[in-house]
Amino acid sequence: MRRLASRRSAHRRASSTLRLALLAAPLALLAGCTDSPQDSLKPAGEWARKVDGLWDVSFLIAVVIFLIVEGLLVFALIRFRNRPGNESPRQIHGSTPLEIGWTILPALILAGLAIPTVATIWDLADEPKNAVQVIVTGHQWWWEYDYPDLEVETANELHIPADTQINVTLRSYDVIHSFWAPQLAGKVDVVPGHTNRLAMHADEPGLYLGQCAEFCGLSHANMRLRVIAHAPAEFDEWVASQKRPAEQPPAGDAAAGYALWASKGCQSCHTIDGHDKSGPIDASGVSGKSTQGPNLTHLQSRSTFAGAIFDLTPENLRKWLRNPSKLKPMDPENNIGMPSAFPPGESGKPLSDEEIEQLVAYLETLK
Amino acid sequence: MATATVTVPASTPAAGALRRPRSTTGIASWFTTVDHKKIGLLYGMTAILFFVIGGVEALLIRLQLAAPGGNILSAQEYNTLFTMHGTTMVFLVVMPTAAAVGNYFVPLQIGARDVAFPRLNAYGYWAFLAGGLFLYSSFFLGGAPDGGWFGYANLTSDYSFGTGIDFWIIGLIITGIGSLTASLNFIVTILNMRAPGMTFMRMPVFTWMILVISFLLIGAIPVITIGLIELFFDRNFGTNFFNVVKGGDPILWQHLFWLFGHPEVYILILPPMGIVSEVLPVFARKPLFGYSFVVFSGVAIGFMGWGVWAHHMFSVGLGPAAVTGFTLSTMFIAVPTGVKIFNWMGTLWGGSIRFKTPMLFAIGFVAMFIIGGLSGVTHGVSPADRQQTDTYYVVAHFHYVLFGGAMFGIFSGVYYWFPKMFGKLLHEGLGKLHFWLMFVGFNLTFGPMHVLGLQGQPRRTYTYPEGMGWDFWNLISTIGSFTIALSIAVFLYNIFRTARKGEMASDDPWDARTLEWSISSPPPPHNFDRVPMVEARDDFWHQKYGEDNEGRPVARVRGGSNGDAPGGHDEHIHMPSPSYWPLVSALGLPFIGYGLIFHWGWLVLAGLLVAWGIFAWAMEPDVEPESEPEPELEPELEGVE
Repeated sequence: MRRLASRRSAHRRASSTLRLALLAAPLALLAGCTDSPQDSLKPAGEWARKVDGLWDVSFLIAVVIFLIVEGLLVFALIRFRNRPGNESPRQIHGSTPLEIGWTILPALILAGLAIPTVATIWDLADEPKNAVQVIVTGHQWWWEYDYPDLEVETANELHIPADTQINVTLRSYDVIHSFWAPQLAGKVDVVPGHTNRLAMHADEPGLYLGQCAEFCGLSHANMRLRVIAHAPAEFDEWVASQKRPAEQPPAGDAAAGYALWASKGCQSCHTIDGHDKSGPIDASGVSGKSTQGPNLTHLQSRSTFAGAIFDLTPENLRKWLRNPSKLKPMDPENNIGMPSAFPPGESGKPLSDEEIEQLVAYLETLK
Repeated sequence: MATATVTVPASTPAAGALRRPRSTTGIASWFTTVDHKKIGLLYGMTAILFFVIGGVEALLIRLQLAAPGGNILSAQEYNTLFTMHGTTMVFLVVMPTAAAVGNYFVPLQIGARDVAFPRLNAYGYWAFLAGGLFLYSSFFLGGAPDGGWFGYANLTSDYSFGTGIDFWIIGLIITGIGSLTASLNFIVTILNMRAPGMTFMRMPVFTWMILVISFLLIGAIPVITIGLIELFFDRNFGTNFFNVVKGGDPILWQHLFWLFGHPEVYILILPPMGIVSEVLPVFARKPLFGYSFVVFSGVAIGFMGWGVWAHHMFSVGLGPAAVTGFTLSTMFIAVPTGVKIFNWMGTLWGGSIRFKTPMLFAIGFVAMFIIGGLSGVTHGVSPADRQQTDTYYVVAHFHYVLFGGAMFGIFSGVYYWFPKMFGKLLHEGLGKLHFWLMFVGFNLTFGPMHVLGLQGQPRRTYTYPEGMGWDFWNLISTIGSFTIALSIAVFLYNIFRTARKGEMASDDPWDARTLEWSISSPPPPHNFDRVPMVEARDDFWHQKYGEDNEGRPVARVRGGSNGDAPGGHDEHIHMPSPSYWPLVSALGLPFIGYGLIFHWGWLVLAGLLVAWGIFAWAMEPDVEPESEPEPELEPELEGVE
């Protein structure tokens, strides 16, 4: 009886709590399968799946080692706890065979893990053949997408054909960003002065979320992105619709908005194909159009705006035009992000309610 | 210096225009002390202060992230707080803690009466404090840094507009000066001032680890200093180290930062590993298993730590050959780390484990470090790291290493050595409450971050929308962070309570093994009445215990071998006199910063302070002759006493 009582000592309770807490960590990982649309553990294409396969192997090895080592630790704590009447322990100083064993065995396990790892590194470095080419440019704080072969430009929402290889070229003209749509591929940094690339692939049509993963300043959290994978025929339709230039608004508020567009200096940052291509050439000098802000030619074909953080509704556009930096932190004083006064600079004023109505009416025509 | 009789030149009181300070007690004495134990306490108290500040910053971050769309902080405030949290915890908490414990206990562990360079040592502390205060003064002088603790160029060079980053740069350079001087002092002390018989392979593992990180710091601090100076020049003097438009490259910064930054990780973790290697044997009543393997794996980590930096850059686009190389080096650095863990378990195995508070924290270290080590291996799988890097999975990983590891190890050391430092035992019940609250809170805070990261939540984002599936674990994490805060409150109360009515500690309350336990608690200013003759590893244990045929310890009958030997107390130990000059010359450093940031006029003040301090320091003898209690004609009497 006394022995039983001593077993129910605080130490034992302590040890079992410890064990429970330790087990909770990997279980929590397994329980992570809730509805999470940006989940790196739910790969939806070839490249993400390759990476996920490696993760599965390394996670399994880690969990097995975790259970063995923590199990031995907890066992040792219980088995060798100080009990009344214990003899003093023998003073053992070490064991060379054990040392050699627990040096070599982990090295062998790691060498085993290194083989598929290194193979995958080189696999991911290959550029896929017959790929759709996309140039992604990171901006503070939105994404620009150019399809050089298709002559299409868009922003924040990347449209791709499903079950097709996509070769993404990454570039930046401001700071370092990182392009990441976890279900389709691991992230690659978007580094000014460097041209990086990554391969992307989606099995099925669908919506895949992502966001900038390298801290890029004030509104880094608001630099989100969406990848929309289409069935091939649907993708061709989308491309055709994006190639149409914008139509002239006939009359009314929209026409007034069009006039404001020109007079308030909007085109110094944004391009609307077919309306005004006379904007200044961007530092990149690539398109000959202004890419300071997103290309708005087909604004209404998008479901979100401003770094894919707001639903594209007239109400949200109104709020945005009233004071962009209030809706999304930006730094227009230092020429980063959209200003609150038009034309930008000291002479500009905030837009009046009427002007905002007219501009929104115009933006609504940009299908 | 600890030499018993030093012939010093005649006093030069006029050299510094201030009378040499004399008192070794009272508040003023703390500003002029050159006693390594007092300096250790100063480091420790400052680190606790910054730990509380950094902790409050963390709590604000967790409050903001408790639910989607949090609006407790603005984006700017959030970016400032995560920058200052990381910078504070790394540079102003964990690093100075190693300096604190190292300063106090390295001389005691090697049987030395003092460190090699007492005034330089004091200067190191004041430089660290000056750097920390300078960094925090940015909050009141135009805004704190907001570029992350990693300060990536070109965001911090060409795309950052306040003065916050300048404060960050100069603050880190100043604390770096402190780290360098502290390291030099540690290295010379450990190499030159060991007691007779204290060979390298008899040195306590904690002292070994301080030696290793001192060499690491001497290699690593110059690397980041170069990067910081280049960054400062890019920002203020129009150079183009990182400016792409003018032919610079922001990736250069990343190489410089991580070539410092990865050895830095080991600088942070090796001393707590040393602490754990001291505590586990004492409370298992067994010697450290595989002492030489634990020591050499620490040295191996020190070397290999220089070859893994680019694993922080797997998504940068270094090309497959570089990624392959750094993948392999990263994976195999896990081997010496694993060796340490297995040896700690070997120490516990067959022991007689007493679950006192220091032991709980040491075991917590081992248990949590296993998790951090394993998640580190999953990062080493570089293709998978492209999903993990810059997500909360990484945040989880390094908090398991640096909080579950380093901080648990540090708290183990605090509870273990507190009675030696203050002669009183921290309350055991409160200590255990602290441990369990912190253990549970820690796992609640950082365990869920593994899940969040794999579910795609990026780091350094001040907000996240609904519908991402991150709400639940973020809330749990925030609850966990406040549980940690509660545990820290218990800890601080425990110190407060112990100061008022703590249980008096004997000189050797844990029946420990190393030399610091052979002297009184707290130790006398000169540490050892007689410089010990070391005959074995764990020498103090062997003074207390022999071994029977089975290898079990048998208490020795206390004879004349211990401190009762003739020639015991000794008035001829001349400790170095206090000095103002380390403080004065360090005080000039922040004004260099203000001069560079605001107006060159401050540089005049800075120059005067530094020059005055160094000149007076150079002219000052280390031991003030008139402070000697007795004339120098005693030596031949020593044997007679």
